[in-house]
Amino acid sequence: MWSEATVKMISVGILESFYMIFLSSFIAYIIGLPLGVLLVVTDKDGIAPRVSLNKALGVIVNLIRSVPFIILLIAVMPFTRAIVGTSIGPNGVVVPLIIASAPYIARLVESSLNEVDQGVIEAAQSMGASPMQIIFKVLIPEAKPSLIIGGAIAVTTILSYSAMAGIVGGGGLGDIAIRYGYHRYETEIMFVTVIILVIMVQVIQELGTLWSKRSDKRIH
Amino acid sequence: MKDKQEAVVAILFFYFIEFLDSISIGYEKADRQKIILINNFIGGGNLTDNRPMIELVGMGKEFVSKSSTVRALDDINLTIHEGEIFGIIGLSGAGKSTLVRCINFLEKPTSGAVLFDGIDLGSMKEKDLLKARQSMGMIFQQFNLLMQRTALQNICFPMEIAGFSKKEAKQRAKELLEVVGLSDKAKAYPSQLSGGQKQRIAIARALATNPKVLLCDEATSALDPTTTRSILSLLKEINQKLGITVIVITHEMSVIEEICNRVAIIDQSRIAEIGEVEEVFARPKSKIAKQLVFSGETHIDTFVGAHKCRIIFDGRTSFEPVIANMILECKAPVNILFADTKDIDGKAFGQMIIQLPDEESSRKKIYNYLNTNKITYEEVM
Repeated sequence: MWSEATVKMISVGILESFYMIFLSSFIAYIIGLPLGVLLVVTDKDGIAPRVSLNKALGVIVNLIRSVPFIILLIAVMPFTRAIVGTSIGPNGVVVPLIIASAPYIARLVESSLNEVDQGVIEAAQSMGASPMQIIFKVLIPEAKPSLIIGGAIAVTTILSYSAMAGIVGGGGLGDIAIRYGYHRYETEIMFVTVIILVIMVQVIQELGTLWSKRSDKRIH
Repeated sequence: MKDKQEAVVAILFFYFIEFLDSISIGYEKADRQKIILINNFIGGGNLTDNRPMIELVGMGKEFVSKSSTVRALDDINLTIHEGEIFGIIGLSGAGKSTLVRCINFLEKPTSGAVLFDGIDLGSMKEKDLLKARQSMGMIFQQFNLLMQRTALQNICFPMEIAGFSKKEAKQRAKELLEVVGLSDKAKAYPSQLSGGQKQRIAIARALATNPKVLLCDEATSALDPTTTRSILSLLKEINQKLGITVIVITHEMSVIEEICNRVAIIDQSRIAEIGEVEEVFARPKSKIAKQLVFSGETHIDTFVGAHKCRIIFDGRTSFEPVIANMILECKAPVNILFADTKDIDGKAFGQMIIQLPDEESSRKKIYNYLNTNKITYEEVM
């Protein structure tokens, strides 16, 4: 079973998985981070309260998050095809991954920023800081360790989503596991890919925790 | 011909000087500066005291929620002068924290006006309000330092907001660290500092943008007595050396006594009493003031004896042997039930409760003695 072809297939799968995870994490953060910041600052007790905008954003985020990923994956296929030209392979999966994970990231960012001491924000306001200055000089830097932990959680979640994308021929390790393990009853290959996925999650999580601890100046 | 030219030059020169004077500082301000200069020179009382720095005019604040409306402040009228240390005291929930937040508009009053250096904060555009806040430093009970920044970076923070250059900010931050006596802690993070050190960094940070006013919201309430004293003396030093108006919010009378010139007592959302600290301590009028000033003898009714009298030392008589002289002169024994003296602003203040003899005649003698010696007293039931 461990022919050269199999090894090559698995290595390509690993690379494809990495490609999907990091590309979609990156773009999802470009959307999710500002969205999370908006959710915090436009809250009725936030630094720039816009209650109706806040409620609207909240509903949209909840709406997308409540659709199971497997259904979202299929539902957005026409949209995916319109944007990247295909709905299969790693590129076809990146689009639904971003759509599903951006609101999730927004919520993670929101909870990280809410951990920032209200007193520190008040101190910045007493110095005449504008909402923008508070966002970039207080909220994000003070929440950095928590944002990093959130980042590790987001990336591992995206990894598990990407494995699910194997159902629609999404490529990557999940695809291999489903095709060989499920459709062809080659349990060993499924086993190996699952183990690789487990290791990847462990490594990402550990690196995230380590980085967060390193950057946190509260613990010495 | 030559004379004429000289005359023209002289007249032009005169107008030029007038012009410079009018554009640079303005007459009123120039006069004021002269007064300050003269005043400092002759070393007299501070004339600048008369210039209002913060005026609260009929200010009120209501918090409206779905179920109820809470009136946190009601009809607050208060003038705080330039260069003074003004205390605001009240029990918790009296509204003093809301009051201090109304002064820098962190809370917007729902009625009345707040004037800062003569300008109505309520009429300001958001941008100008942010600018105005840079002239008002604030320190807090929980210090509120940025935990991910070093002490030096914390002090740089308000200067970054105000648009100082990085180099300039760093330079000034280093000077301020020296002012608060923590030059060696520049690279330390707040988590590595003690409470007192954190508050010193917070004070340095509040002073960074050269504010006219320093608001202290329960600044010493989280500190032990020794640290409290050192922070208070630092605040006094800042007030005297830099001429910054200091507003102190506290629930501790000892803080007021230690550094304030004047005090306002807040009770149930209103100002119950306002005046010179010495005056309020010596002769508290309102119920809440009496409660705060005489908090050390709350169980006065448990003292034995039917006839009790409170003698008040107002700084003049405190070092004279008043009681001893009284006993010798009246030949009547008294029993000292309670005594408390305090050092306020360099003068001794205090009160003593004595139990008077039962005979009517002896008591009369004592009252006579107190009256003729102009000693303040009141009968206590």
